[in-house]
Amino acid sequence: MAALTGLERVSGTVTRRPKAWRGVVFALAAAYFLVPLGTSVWYTIYTPTAGVSLSAYGELLTADGFVRSLSLSLGLAVATIAVVLLLALPAMLAVRLFAPGLRVVMEVLCTLPLVVPPITFVAGIGTSLRNGTEVLAPTPFWATLIAVQDPAFPVVLVLAYVVLVLPFVYRSLDAGLRTMDVRTLVEAARNLGASWPYVLVRVIVPNLRSALASASFLTLALVLGEYTVASLLGYEPFAVWIVTVSGSKGQLSVAVSILSLLLIWLLLLAVSTVFGRKKGK
Amino acid sequence: MTASVEFRGLRRAFGRTVALDGLDLTVAPGEFVALLGPSGCGKTTALRCVAGFERPDSGAVLVDGKDVTDVPANKRDAGMVFQSYSLFPNLNARDNVAFGLRVRKVPVATRRARAGELLELVGLPTHADRYPHQLSGGQQQRVALARALALEPRVLLLDEPLSALDAKVRVSLREEIRRLQLDLGITTVFVTHDQEEALSIADRVAVLRDGRLEQVGAPAEVYDRPATPFVAEFVGTMNHLAGQVSGDQVTVLGQILPVDGPVPEDPSVDVLVRPEAVKVVPSPDGPAEVVAASFRGASVRLRLAVEGGEVLADVPGHEAAQLGPGTRVTVRLVERPVLVAERTVTVPAPVVAADAV
Repeated sequence: MAALTGLERVSGTVTRRPKAWRGVVFALAAAYFLVPLGTSVWYTIYTPTAGVSLSAYGELLTADGFVRSLSLSLGLAVATIAVVLLLALPAMLAVRLFAPGLRVVMEVLCTLPLVVPPITFVAGIGTSLRNGTEVLAPTPFWATLIAVQDPAFPVVLVLAYVVLVLPFVYRSLDAGLRTMDVRTLVEAARNLGASWPYVLVRVIVPNLRSALASASFLTLALVLGEYTVASLLGYEPFAVWIVTVSGSKGQLSVAVSILSLLLIWLLLLAVSTVFGRKKGK
Repeated sequence: MTASVEFRGLRRAFGRTVALDGLDLTVAPGEFVALLGPSGCGKTTALRCVAGFERPDSGAVLVDGKDVTDVPANKRDAGMVFQSYSLFPNLNARDNVAFGLRVRKVPVATRRARAGELLELVGLPTHADRYPHQLSGGQQQRVALARALALEPRVLLLDEPLSALDAKVRVSLREEIRRLQLDLGITTVFVTHDQEEALSIADRVAVLRDGRLEQVGAPAEVYDRPATPFVAEFVGTMNHLAGQVSGDQVTVLGQILPVDGPVPEDPSVDVLVRPEAVKVVPSPDGPAEVVAASFRGASVRLRLAVEGGEVLADVPGHEAAQLGPGTRVTVRLVERPVLVAERTVTVPAPVVAADAV
């Protein structure tokens, strides 16, 4: 619709001056990001004694813990995305459709993790886990908690991450739901015989694709880079492993950072193309 | 494939607002009934009770004699067209129409063919591959209509489907809806606040006020013989003129007219006269004077000062040229039976409805 406004024709004459500024801003921004990145890359591949070599990267891929910590982080990210979306989307829909009065409460609740520093949060989790043992020990809830524990895949981290990403997920989904007339679409689908799960999968999700994608991006980026909670709870996902490694070998740690940057970027690209392709279809 | 719809003592309150206050109405199989009323009169709530989106606090909705009050919305046999555009934005017109068939797991080829037929039925055979954002408002509502009809429901529910469209499209689409309804013989409940729309396409018009039925009847009956002053005011415009009843006749503005319908005990009554039943003839020494004239296209509405009050009169546009403000005129009422009501005014003054400009 915007294409019909005729604005684009006008912009051709007006952009002359701003164009120069655009270039300047672009160059400055690019320099800001690329210079540190470039020097980092140079640092990892050049040593005065050995000259240019990619040995740091080679060492990385064979280093102890690289694959393990990376796969742990990716697993955590996938689990977190699944849990947080399954939790937040139906809840937000239910509030919108059946209890609009609770929307404010939900917004405050979902935004709360932003104002609680992770360090406080993890201290709270630690205390709860310690004291909870006695309180919860006789309950079946505790037995369930114990049963799902797995040292190779810490469920407690997934739960903690779900709380941490809730504000971002809530914001993305809320923005997405705002762009459509949820009530009318749901009622139209119900009227045509669709069950609630069918409505969710066939009507809401397809129209919420970009919001779901951005919620997933944010979760993925946050989980891959999260250090505080994982480290203090004694687990070693990717971010924690980087810090551990960097303590001993400087060149290696920078190489890892660059590699992880590249990796996350590729992942986000993959996610966005998956979502984008389906939408264009 | 058609069914009767019955509203039985329907009550629904939202907090303190009572939307439905004991609505009783029966729609015969194949009938087109318009629910007409001002906003907040409960007409949409009544419709939503049939669709299953609203649960009445008490009372029941019966389709074909069966109580469907507790049946979930997705198990009801009623297609609905909504006021706001309700097409699924991610699906093209064909897939929108075929949505219900897809829910019922109808094979792809069958539902494509059926969607094609329906799009042809609503006059959009070449728009199957367009997405909702590529369709105009009127086209979207046509697709929505086709979608509602795809499952061959026994009841069609129309919730002000035309109110978002511009005037020309509104008129042509409503005629098309009526044509389709007659062809298919489907029981239809049509909610609108536009009296002209209701009068022009419905078999019967049900006027609602504060969640209750004021009057239900054929359009001509509701217009010519409003059962209550509210209906008289809401449907069209009505002059209230002071009159004196004697026997089955009433004296009003110096004329004696036969009385139609019941007569109140007090012989001093209001005589209800439509503006188009007031004839105006210019005469230099006439007792009345034109106060104002407003052009309404085919007709002109005159505001006339008569003895002790004002009267509205509609005259054809070509006659209005000689009836500018200030003209002396004589006023005659069309010789036909008139409705009388208990006296509410002391001077003859028109009661002006929303459309009286």
